[in-house]
Amino acid sequence: MKKLINQQPGIVSRWALGLLPFLVIAVIYTAASNARLEENPNDKLLPSSTAMVEAMQRMAFEPSKRTGDYVLWTDTAASLQRLAIGVGLAALAGLVFGIANGAIPLFRAGFSPLITGISLVPPMAILPVLFIAFGLEELAKVMLIFIGITPFIIRDLQLRTMEIPEEQIIKMQTLGANTWQIIVRLVWPQIMPRLISAVRLSLGSAWLFLIAAEAIAATDGLGYRIFLVRRYLAMDVILPYVLWITLLAFVIDFLLNRYSRWRYPWFHGRAS
Amino acid sequence: MTRKLYITTALLLSLTFAPVTFARDSFNVCWSIYVGWMPWGYAENAGIIDKWADKYDIDINVVQINDYIESINQYTAGQYDACVMTNMDALTIPAAGGVDSTALIVGDFSNGNDGVVLKGKDSLSDIEGQRVNLVELSVSHYMLARALETVGMSERDITVVNTSDADMVSAYTSDDVTAVATWNPLLSEITSMPDSHLVFDSSRIPGEIIDLMVVNTDVLEANPKLGKALTGAWYEVMTAMQGEGEDAVQVRKELADASGTDLEGYDSQLDSTRMFYDPAKAVEFVNSPELQETMQKVAEFSFEHGLLGEGAPDATFIGVETPTGTYGNSGNTQLRFIPDYMQMAADGAL
Repeated sequence: MKKLINQQPGIVSRWALGLLPFLVIAVIYTAASNARLEENPNDKLLPSSTAMVEAMQRMAFEPSKRTGDYVLWTDTAASLQRLAIGVGLAALAGLVFGIANGAIPLFRAGFSPLITGISLVPPMAILPVLFIAFGLEELAKVMLIFIGITPFIIRDLQLRTMEIPEEQIIKMQTLGANTWQIIVRLVWPQIMPRLISAVRLSLGSAWLFLIAAEAIAATDGLGYRIFLVRRYLAMDVILPYVLWITLLAFVIDFLLNRYSRWRYPWFHGRAS
Repeated sequence: MTRKLYITTALLLSLTFAPVTFARDSFNVCWSIYVGWMPWGYAENAGIIDKWADKYDIDINVVQINDYIESINQYTAGQYDACVMTNMDALTIPAAGGVDSTALIVGDFSNGNDGVVLKGKDSLSDIEGQRVNLVELSVSHYMLARALETVGMSERDITVVNTSDADMVSAYTSDDVTAVATWNPLLSEITSMPDSHLVFDSSRIPGEIIDLMVVNTDVLEANPKLGKALTGAWYEVMTAMQGEGEDAVQVRKELADASGTDLEGYDSQLDSTRMFYDPAKAVEFVNSPELQETMQKVAEFSFEHGLLGEGAPDATFIGVETPTGTYGNSGNTQLRFIPDYMQMAADGAL
């Protein structure tokens, strides 16, 4: 008899064990939902799965009565656009300032304390200031995401840049490379996969800031819809929207990971 | 063994999730900050609630909730037996959610407490084509729709931007915001800013935005003591807070304090609120045929905005019972206006 700590699940039992908790949650939810619906067929708190499917079909495939839009898709497009611009700008700024901070001591001396200071400001706390500086339209939403995650990416890439072995830099200098060449040929390629993993880590916060921004003032977006229908407790819309956001987040994370493995296999080979 | 487990689990689940309503002696009531609801907080703090609860030999636990919508959601979910809300929210949240609710006390109606403000323009018709910031699907939204009607416009002529009430005032300072529809105390904060013009307010639609103490109908029917105690406590505060006597001013000072303003600020908010200090006046209001007309307007607005739930084929899907008759489907009555308890207060029978 093998000891418990030495027993490995096979491929089948690994899937079964992985799915089990989801199944348990689904069963508990259904039981609770049925119990409440039996008591009150109009109950909104724990809608049945058919109610949620119907609500989603309505949101996705029927034009809205008021605007004629297909609500789910316009919301998704609006949110993904904001997220892409915000995260994209943050990644670009992170890359530029992260490398500059990490590779050039003079630059680091001037900027690193500032970035550290900024990274400590909770973006949600300065919201009223953001309104005045960036207004209430798209710019403010993108800026909230940008301000929220850029300092983290910069600081992470700065540390990763400084971790590049000194020997490599000395070797390039003995071969006659100047600062620009060292950055472009040595630092940049090594930092790219680390940028991707920093972006993957910050996506969670990026979604948080996106939803928060859409809760404050918006005319569309996934967060907007959730905060809007919350006004009349439409859990049949809120729960599927949350699942949809989770799925989108998962797909983005998965694609970034795949891209990184395809483009920078050496990085993952060493990491695993 | 497995069978036992199933049965136990099923029993536990049904106990956990089944709402239970029968006679009991402890109740939870929630309220949130608003000029017309501040007396509930005072009644709790000054021991008036306890005094009346003791008289009827029950316990009443009054809780202040910071987020207005959350308090209604909690009430709808069954966490509270009674809660304060407007007539429109009572229809679209608990009633549309199948929680049969009774408006126990009609406390006041908004008579200027809700308004539309334009930046730099001083006529309501200038709102055409603008982006209007407001809490979407709230009484502000309803008031805006009524305001637009008066100048022959509809929501198609503007763009509605959902803005949370907590951010309304700071949002207004941004250049992007040129028009808002909101309520007090935010409204007075915004109108006091330079170049702001109040172009419409709820005094033009008096009696349509009503503030209520709503009780779960089943709970109230099984426990009339709860209704009596709450009504008794409410009118005791009503008597204590009106007039210019030293004691009354002191009470209003406490109400002002609790709502984060001073006596002057609170009194000015009271000026745009038609408080029913006298229960007989509230009874008269509930018994008037206008109430039914108002609820019809509110139900039609709510239906057009999809607030009555997806099962609703038209605005009459939910029945609203008033003393002069029922609006809508009497087979699905979920919101009831009754003068009974206020009448007892008027008769001094509590």
